[in-house]
Amino acid sequence: MSLRALLQTRLSTAILVAAIVIVLPLFFPSAYYYRIGALVFIFALAVVGLNLLMGFAGQVSLGHAGFLGIGAYSVAIGPVHFGAPSWLCLFAGAALSGVVAFAVGRPILRLKGHYLAVATLGFGLLVAIILNNEAGWTGGPDGMSVPKLTLFGWRVLGADAWYWIAGTTFVGGFVLAINLMESPTGRALQAIHDSEIAARVLGIDVARKKLTIFIISAIYASVAGSYLALFNAYITPDAAGFLRSIELVAMVVLGGMGSIFGSLVGAAVLVVLPQVLTVFHEYEQALLGLIVMVFMIFLRQGIIPSIAARVAGWRKC
Amino acid sequence: MLILEAERLAIAFGGVRAIDGVSISIAAGQVFSIIGPNGSGKTTLFNLVSGIYTPNDGSIRLAGETVTGLAPEQLARRGLSRTFQNLQIFSRMSVLENVMVGRHRHERTGILADLLHWPSVARQNQATREAARAALARVSLADVANRPAGSLAYGALKRLEIARALASEPTVLLLDEPAAGCNPVETQELDHVIRSIVKGGITVVLVEHDMRLVMNISDRVHVLANGRTLAEGSPEQVRSDPAVIEAYLGVHGSQEAGRAFD
Repeated sequence: MSLRALLQTRLSTAILVAAIVIVLPLFFPSAYYYRIGALVFIFALAVVGLNLLMGFAGQVSLGHAGFLGIGAYSVAIGPVHFGAPSWLCLFAGAALSGVVAFAVGRPILRLKGHYLAVATLGFGLLVAIILNNEAGWTGGPDGMSVPKLTLFGWRVLGADAWYWIAGTTFVGGFVLAINLMESPTGRALQAIHDSEIAARVLGIDVARKKLTIFIISAIYASVAGSYLALFNAYITPDAAGFLRSIELVAMVVLGGMGSIFGSLVGAAVLVVLPQVLTVFHEYEQALLGLIVMVFMIFLRQGIIPSIAARVAGWRKC
Repeated sequence: MLILEAERLAIAFGGVRAIDGVSISIAAGQVFSIIGPNGSGKTTLFNLVSGIYTPNDGSIRLAGETVTGLAPEQLARRGLSRTFQNLQIFSRMSVLENVMVGRHRHERTGILADLLHWPSVARQNQATREAARAALARVSLADVANRPAGSLAYGALKRLEIARALASEPTVLLLDEPAAGCNPVETQELDHVIRSIVKGGITVVLVEHDMRLVMNISDRVHVLANGRTLAEGSPEQVRSDPAVIEAYLGVHGSQEAGRAFD
């Protein structure tokens, strides 16, 4: 079986991803690595959701960190101001993100291409501004501390615990995503990407399908945001900022549009690389930019689809 | 029985009356062709009938029900499907997956079932795959089912669009210039495909420039010129109508046409 075919069967990819989560800690020399691992899976979760929207349905969002912010501040504001349990706030945040995505998506998903990009950009900015200005609730630009997650009387503290929580949730989100893509809804979304008009004359309610996937991807981002806030125990409006949105898009494109496994790779590269590059001090950011450029020049479809295509090419030779 | 009727349809774009008071009535099981010179409004008429444009005036009935102003997806669910003059292929998907999308209106699973991949989704996928394979076989594309759609030749893509539309099991199928850009062999194949579609009980409405194809397979031919009806009748009547020959083909063209039909 070719690598491509292997990557396309649902069960084998799910097992591969679960195996990565389980085996990786065997190579961790210190708790610091658990921390990085947890961050990779948290971001990968948000990126999988965004990839469903961008890579499959072909609808760009430059404001997805807005939903990350809603999820993050839900688990901060809920417990601090209302004394609600963190896990409940996580679900409430996800539900709120879904509702917001519905309300925002209905008018803006009519737009196409650059126009949609700018509209989503506006949404992201709006969320960031609210989080900055409502200092009484959010602590303003300085942010606020987030109470630790308590599950069944167990206070989740260590990076290793968060590694397993984030890893397990990521595998769950991953499986849901690949399930969706091999279903009637998934086929309809991919059809919309290539030709909306052809999808419509085949009976697909394009507006409704776009809204559905926008809501789903918002919920992915919201859960990731909640995890990020709980894990860091602190949150600032930067979590919902423009740069965060761009980072999520970069992860999708770098890993590969339309490749769910690529989402993990894209997130891993952009979380791990800055850590590795800290040894270059003031050149860190410049090198990061350079490496991302080189990746895109040589693997222009994104890391995973490009490698899969090369492997398929070698086999033919 | 009349399956598709349009009454005094009209639409204008910035003052240009692209379609101006055109009426058509199409009996079930016919091949009904719409011809006319470039810019006469054939594709505009198709876009009106398939819900892509909303007419400024006039009405459309599908199987006796008024469907004026309905969206394409609503018309599709009532059994009207179409192909496009400029191909609208899902090029990222395989040939088979393209046709599977055509089954969408017959698929019955919810978003939750799709996310969790319930057994009903697996069954649905299997049924959809089989129906799609059958549709591909009808246009002789079964052996390229797993190829990426973007890799097919032009003529094959034309047939792929037909298979995709057929998979939706329409009662009326609108074909917008299916033979455009096809070589004579491909046009011949197309002739067979259209005949088999009609034999299956589907009404075919055809916009086409290839006169040999039109005259061969049409039951009725409707001639447009400058957005208005010029003539309608059997292929023989239209072919010998002096007004059609002059307006549609010009004096020089009428001689050419005479040769083509001999």
